[in-house]
Amino acid sequence: MTATTNATAGAALKGTGLRLGYGERTVAEELDLDIPAGRVTALVGPNACGKSTALRALARLLKPTAGTVHLGDEDIAGLGARDLALKLSLLPQSPAAPDGITVRDLVARGRTPHQRWWRQWSSADDAVVDRALDATGTTELADRGLDELSGGQRQRVWIAMALAQDTPVLLLDEPTTYLDLAHQVDVLELVAALNREDGRTVVMVLHELNLACRYADHLVAMRTGRVVAAGPPGEIVTPDLVREVFDLPATVITCPVAGTPLVIPEGGRRPRVPGPKAGDTA
Amino acid sequence: MSDRPETARPANDRPETARPAGGATLAARPASGLRVELGPLGARLRPRVALAATGLALASFAALVASVSLGTFAIPVPDVLGALFGAGSGDADLIVHELRLPRALTALLVGTAFGIAGAVYQAVTRNPLASPDLIGISAGAGAGAVGAILVGGVTAAGAGTFGAVPFGALAGALTTAAVIYLLAYRGGTVTGYRFVLVGLAANGALAAVTRWMLAQADIDQASRAMVWLTGSLNGRGYEHVGWAGTALLLLVPLTLALARPYQLLQFDDDTARGLGIPIDRARVGLLVLATCLAALATAAAGPIAFIALGAPQIARRLAGTAGIPLVLSGLTGAALLLLADLAGRLVFSPVELPVGIITGAVGAPYLLLLLARANRSGQGG
Repeated sequence: MTATTNATAGAALKGTGLRLGYGERTVAEELDLDIPAGRVTALVGPNACGKSTALRALARLLKPTAGTVHLGDEDIAGLGARDLALKLSLLPQSPAAPDGITVRDLVARGRTPHQRWWRQWSSADDAVVDRALDATGTTELADRGLDELSGGQRQRVWIAMALAQDTPVLLLDEPTTYLDLAHQVDVLELVAALNREDGRTVVMVLHELNLACRYADHLVAMRTGRVVAAGPPGEIVTPDLVREVFDLPATVITCPVAGTPLVIPEGGRRPRVPGPKAGDTA
Repeated sequence: MSDRPETARPANDRPETARPAGGATLAARPASGLRVELGPLGARLRPRVALAATGLALASFAALVASVSLGTFAIPVPDVLGALFGAGSGDADLIVHELRLPRALTALLVGTAFGIAGAVYQAVTRNPLASPDLIGISAGAGAGAVGAILVGGVTAAGAGTFGAVPFGALAGALTTAAVIYLLAYRGGTVTGYRFVLVGLAANGALAAVTRWMLAQADIDQASRAMVWLTGSLNGRGYEHVGWAGTALLLLVPLTLALARPYQLLQFDDDTARGLGIPIDRARVGLLVLATCLAALATAAAGPIAFIALGAPQIARRLAGTAGIPLVLSGLTGAALLLLADLAGRLVFSPVELPVGIITGAVGAPYLLLLLARANRSGQGG
């Protein structure tokens, strides 16, 4: 992705004093978020802790009732829809496309903010779409219909669309939901590679704490709408943190493969590590 | 693969209007086999879209010629063509220009308007049932128009005066659309399912209002309004062509200018917003334009059923595109209405059936099919 002109080193995202909620229901108050530039950040926490809500606020899908979100030096509240879409791309939790769309058509939609009515498509757009397909390993699928693909393939295609948007910041809302372990690892490897290659800032909501520890440079652990701890996984993930955030007695060891923290739940309260749960929207 | 010169694209990005004339933009795509790059959408689909558009245009023209040619006084096709292209003579010329052509042109324009209005409604709400003729927009236009006919005391369509009908239809349709939108709006978005439910309720209420107005009216006016309410192209003159034509000239370019948001509104809200589409504004803008199109089409020919419902889905299947093609829906609407009117005139000749009866008879089974399918997928379409 060397020629991705726009996505040079990613910008930092910073939420300050955010109050977030849906209608009458407040999910978070006085929430501060610091997303480092050019790194992979994972938002983790139990169901309904406000991590997806926080991500939606960073993407301006949800307007905070108080507080601001800054992208670099700019308050995103003041940006036009297109301007924001040129700086920040988003993969929603359950994206939907019209029936029968092909992979290439879908990925090509990512170019939308770069296009104008007098220049609806250019060879540069073609090149970026090709690269996005290539980077996500979906080139062979380009002419297939989205609905023919497996869950893992589909997720790669949606990530390709976000890549084709060619932005310095990429937000992913639970990119591994509904995927089996191999495909979860697959998607996260892809995200990590994208970040390594062009220094794109990546923020993702993840359920699986061990995968978050492994693939994120920066971890934001949330509970009931507030940040409990934030920092590199190796520094902040301790048995106390796991108990505080997830109510889970656990032992933390160093992963023999990656050297990152590995959380081993202790018996008693829960027999198993909580896996990704469907239907968690907060 | 970057041997393709960057040429300015035509202002409209819909596949169905892609002009292969831009030969400079043709490019084989080694990355995915032989591909013809003609525009922003899957170029693989474009030859088929262009083919469908050409076919529909030819079908419409053939239906128009047939419609002018056939009737109690049959005019041979060469004479029709002669009259159409300004080389006709005598009787044929008179019948073509004064009687049959305005009717056929009205059918063409009204069909186009209903087709585009239906496409916008169905695409923006992501529900094939959310068509203006089902969810009360046409009924609102009908109530407004009947109100105008009765209150204004103007003669209804057919007697040469068009009068306040378009204004009544516009007011009725826009009010109805606004009420449906506001009632269906919840949690920052409009879901197709709510839209359809609220719309069906509105449809029922407006039908009742119209019937009440007819019951209050004097018998002469009421019967004229009834004919209009069935949906008929009988006796349409150039004032109808003028009205419908002006409406299309104004509204269609504005709708096409919103073609990109139109396409992306067929995705989920978050994705569309993430791609920089101001979705609330785009959705309202498109719905207002589609409402005006449906209202003016209704004013010209009455609330003809099925065209707005069926044309977009037929166009989608013809084009094989993802999502509903905008321009192709208009072309399909035009072809459908011309053919339906022709059938209405000829099938039980010399008795002439109003076109609304034909479209209703064809549309009812289709609607049942759609409902059955929506029921199976359990999500109202």
